[in-house]
Amino acid sequence: MIRFDNVTKVYDQKSRPALDSVSVEVDRGEFVFLVGASGSGKSTFIRLVLKEDRASRGAVHVAGRNVANISSWRVPKLRRGIGVVFQDFRLLPNKTVFANVAFAMQVIGRSRAIIRETVPEVLRTVGLEGKDHRMPHELSGGEQQRVAIARAVVNKPGILLADEPTGNLDPTTSLGIMKVLDRINQNGTTVVMATHDDDIVDGMRKRVIELSEGVVIRDEAQGIYAGAAGAVQ
Amino acid sequence: MRLAFVLGEIGSGLRRNLSMLVSVILVTFVSLTFVGAAGLLQMQISQMKGFWYDKVQVAVFLCVDSSSTPSCAAGPVTDTQRENIRSLLGSPTVDPYIAGDPIYESQEEALGHFKDQFANSPIVDSVTAGQLPESFRVNLEDPQKYEVINEIFSSVPGVEVVIDQRELLEQIFSVMNVASLIAIGVAGVMIVCAVLLIATTIRLSAFSRRRETGIMRLVGASKMVIQLPFVLEGVIAAVIGAVLASVTLWAVSHFFIGEWLAQQYPDTAFISATQAVILAPGLILLGVVLAGLSSMLTLRRYLKV
Repeated sequence: MIRFDNVTKVYDQKSRPALDSVSVEVDRGEFVFLVGASGSGKSTFIRLVLKEDRASRGAVHVAGRNVANISSWRVPKLRRGIGVVFQDFRLLPNKTVFANVAFAMQVIGRSRAIIRETVPEVLRTVGLEGKDHRMPHELSGGEQQRVAIARAVVNKPGILLADEPTGNLDPTTSLGIMKVLDRINQNGTTVVMATHDDDIVDGMRKRVIELSEGVVIRDEAQGIYAGAAGAVQ
Repeated sequence: MRLAFVLGEIGSGLRRNLSMLVSVILVTFVSLTFVGAAGLLQMQISQMKGFWYDKVQVAVFLCVDSSSTPSCAAGPVTDTQRENIRSLLGSPTVDPYIAGDPIYESQEEALGHFKDQFANSPIVDSVTAGQLPESFRVNLEDPQKYEVINEIFSSVPGVEVVIDQRELLEQIFSVMNVASLIAIGVAGVMIVCAVLLIATTIRLSAFSRRRETGIMRLVGASKMVIQLPFVLEGVIAAVIGAVLASVTLWAVSHFFIGEWLAQQYPDTAFISATQAVILAPGLILLGVVLAGLSSMLTLRRYLKV
């Protein structure tokens, strides 16, 4: 589903590359944790998948296509196949929960009828039934993140990228979010989650890819947060 | 659905940025009014040219008592001199340049025309036929050949002066041309203002909605859906400005020129309100193009898609 072939990303010629010859493959339906200290290249990884940046060297394949060959006007189509969730939720503060999720469907031209049918369904999946008409500021952090997840998956993307989705949440709430992500993964969506949260990684026992200074130093199935390299947050 | 969405976005954008949009409307209004004024002036010039150029003549004025040019040293024109001039006008050297027959205007006829022309002026009462020169009025085959006539006749005894009426008109036209150039210049400066103001407005608008556009990008909204509301915001403001400018020009040409000037100067061909109506689509198109271009260029820099 996502394949990196010797990908190097250099932002600034003078400093070390953000990613250095990274080769990784994530299969359809996998759940992968991307761990590593700040600045290890996790966010760059996510940006390259979204084609927010171009790889300096090497090739990034998403859903079987080399993103370098996707022309700029087809990039939106690539992004429709990828949902993204952030640490800071990024909800629209002046729209209700329903409208926030519906927004993602409106902008790609879904009909009103389909929106009315799909949004409540997705809100149920993330555990927010009955909260359609709340405003974001009336919700807890965990609930806001659920809205963000609902928005990310409402267009049924094949891939869900989560950039430290539990970074602002307490452990109990984080656990709830992980259950939601796991459920989405079990419905067939590939999930890549960049995180610092060792409890969560250790508890889920999923595949762990550890980056350090732009290099993959560990890639193990059913791994834990702190590997042989003894990575510390 | 997508159309409704884009319209909704435009509506919220217009509300949020109301003061800036009012200023965009006003600046485009003023700049396009000047563009239109320059256009109307040019139309007026060509209308007057069409109207007058057939009618203007070269006038050969003959000496009167009060004449002071050297050729009039001998006093008022005599009958012999007049006949001599008349036959010179019919001679093979002059005749090819003249269209039709020369018209003779006596002092009495000159007084009659004068009275018509200055009907409302008190000066009429103090002028007598003796003070006005008699003249031959000549239509030229080629109006540019005025110099030939001037050279032949200005030194003939009994001729006071040869006047090309076209030259008088040319002066009026050059004044009007300068006025329209000034209007174009002001319009140019105002258009630069309008373009920069539209760019700034769109930039502010894009900045205040960066959260929405960021999310749109992430969920895969097309470039058009993201950018169109911003472009249309600028275009709508510019179109309102252009419509205001057109209405103003129409009002000026209808009420000021059509109803006031035309009555003050009934023998002058003035443009009508129709001309302003002809200009309007051009002004609106200009407004759309300016706003569209400046907002698209701005968005390319400030709204990554």
